[in-house]
Amino acid sequence: MRNSAYLDLIRMRFLMMLAYRVNYYSGILIYTLNIGVYYFTWQAIYGSQQTLAGFTVEQMTTYIAVSWMARAFYFNNLDQEISREIRDGSVAIQFIRPYNYILVKMMQGFGEGIFRLLLFMGPGMILACILFPVQLPTDPKLWLIFAWMLFMSFLINSQINIITGLTAFFIENNQGMMRLKRVIVDLFSGVIVPISFFPGWLITLNEWLPFQAITYLPSSVFTGRIPDGDLLGVLAIQLIWFAVLIVPIMLLWRAARQRLFVQGG
Amino acid sequence: MNAIEVDKLRKTFKVQRNREGLKGAMLDLFKREYNEVMAVKDISFTIPQGEICGYIGENGAGKSTTIKMLTGILVPTSGHLKVGGYVPYAEREKFVQHIGVVFGQRSQLWWDIGVIESFRLLRKVYRVGEQDFKSRLDELVERLQLQDLLNRPVRKLSLGQRMRCELVASLLHQPSILFLDEPTIGLDIVVKSEIREFLLQLNKEHGTTILLTTHDLQDIEALCSRVVMLDDGNIIYDGSLDHLKMTWGKGREVKFQFAEQVSKEKLSILTAGLPVVLEVQSEYEASVIVPQDANVSDVIARVASGVSISDLSIEETNTDDIVREIYRTGNADQPSKQGVS
Repeated sequence: MRNSAYLDLIRMRFLMMLAYRVNYYSGILIYTLNIGVYYFTWQAIYGSQQTLAGFTVEQMTTYIAVSWMARAFYFNNLDQEISREIRDGSVAIQFIRPYNYILVKMMQGFGEGIFRLLLFMGPGMILACILFPVQLPTDPKLWLIFAWMLFMSFLINSQINIITGLTAFFIENNQGMMRLKRVIVDLFSGVIVPISFFPGWLITLNEWLPFQAITYLPSSVFTGRIPDGDLLGVLAIQLIWFAVLIVPIMLLWRAARQRLFVQGG
Repeated sequence: MNAIEVDKLRKTFKVQRNREGLKGAMLDLFKREYNEVMAVKDISFTIPQGEICGYIGENGAGKSTTIKMLTGILVPTSGHLKVGGYVPYAEREKFVQHIGVVFGQRSQLWWDIGVIESFRLLRKVYRVGEQDFKSRLDELVERLQLQDLLNRPVRKLSLGQRMRCELVASLLHQPSILFLDEPTIGLDIVVKSEIREFLLQLNKEHGTTILLTTHDLQDIEALCSRVVMLDDGNIIYDGSLDHLKMTWGKGREVKFQFAEQVSKEKLSILTAGLPVVLEVQSEYEASVIVPQDANVSDVIARVASGVSISDLSIEETNTDDIVREIYRTGNADQPSKQGVS
């Protein structure tokens, strides 16, 4: 019985997104434009060179398209939602219900994710494949692994969003935090520049951060840049980060319960 | 059994202090300073099952903070509390299954979807069986006359309609204790009295314990057998409304309008010896406050014997006046006999 409420929350968010779907038609165009911008930029950077940092031009094109479209799926505004609910005090309503607020947010994010997958990432990917020389793998096993990794990307990205959102309990205005997070995630997840282009020390640093698990690892696997032997390791990295990120969420949540100050009396 | 037990409950908030000027702002960047504000100061009370209790006080007296501790939203700084047999903040998820909460100023319904969708989701959240849900919903919908509203999105409801839906939402899981934080705020008189009637019936039929905060004392008069009054985080009165009126009521006020000019001295002489308080508004108007145990007709007879009266009326002091007076003095123990504002 209990789980059905959480499942219903997914459905509900999906329906709500559907009600505002027109907003997303422009989104598909924006993402396609982004892919275009990066495609032409990389074309210019490659010039007559065949490979850069281990990427061929074709691999790079596919990497860009896949990364941006993956972002269309895992991206959400849970941080903004949580911080708004904390600041306007409506989080109080969440506390009088017999469910776990964090899980509820996760479910709502997932409802949004499914919506984005079907109405945003899917059509966008088709559009990108038509416009740019994107080469998608044909091995069904790779597609399955990618789907799983994409799901993990969603979880890890949502966890980072939840952590950022919860800081609103402690900082009166966490807008800056959220903006900082957004830039860091976009940069360090490898959606703007693949991580292998970074200087050595930054690559090392990144190996100790969760962001590469969001875009760089799934896109690398999907574009065939990870040898089969390393695959399990890559899958493990995502799982480990998922587990590790639960800890700060729990700690923040517990601390927040103690000092929760509901705004507006 | 007691529905609510509160013992020496305290809540302190840390409030950030902003220092003045540019230098202060720079200092604030590096080292924040905090003030401790005690919103609820070691209060104790118990509410037996099935009682409707009014919780009143001025803005900022600590009412909402108390309600938020009782409903498990806030964790108390110190003290004990037990609501419906649970410690709210410790066993929150289990505990909230047994309470209903309505915040007059916040909606618990989903803004963009039909009312009925919200109810269905709440059914799942509270794990109410399909059968129970149906009969409960039918009963509530009929009593609050919501038939036509069920498919409308919440954002298209009027405040009165929304508030009735909020009540349904808080009662779908048959809570034994209902918390209402300013449930009638901003509503018109018709809706207000509908809601009061509904709450009375709910209390009578299901024995639901109700704790409500309000600024509308007519809510209290219509519903509550008991009042807890809060001022600056302390309970300053806890007892029946009648008792409050008895001890604080200044008695009846007799208002005179005179057909001629009358001086204050003349009225003083006329009413001399009577235990009354005289208030002169103008040369043609005056009022006399007569305590409960004194006789109104004596006063009228005395005044009429000396001056010609064009009109007169007798008024009972109302609860609003009483409460305003208590807020003003911040003490409900000793009503001042001189109590003229």
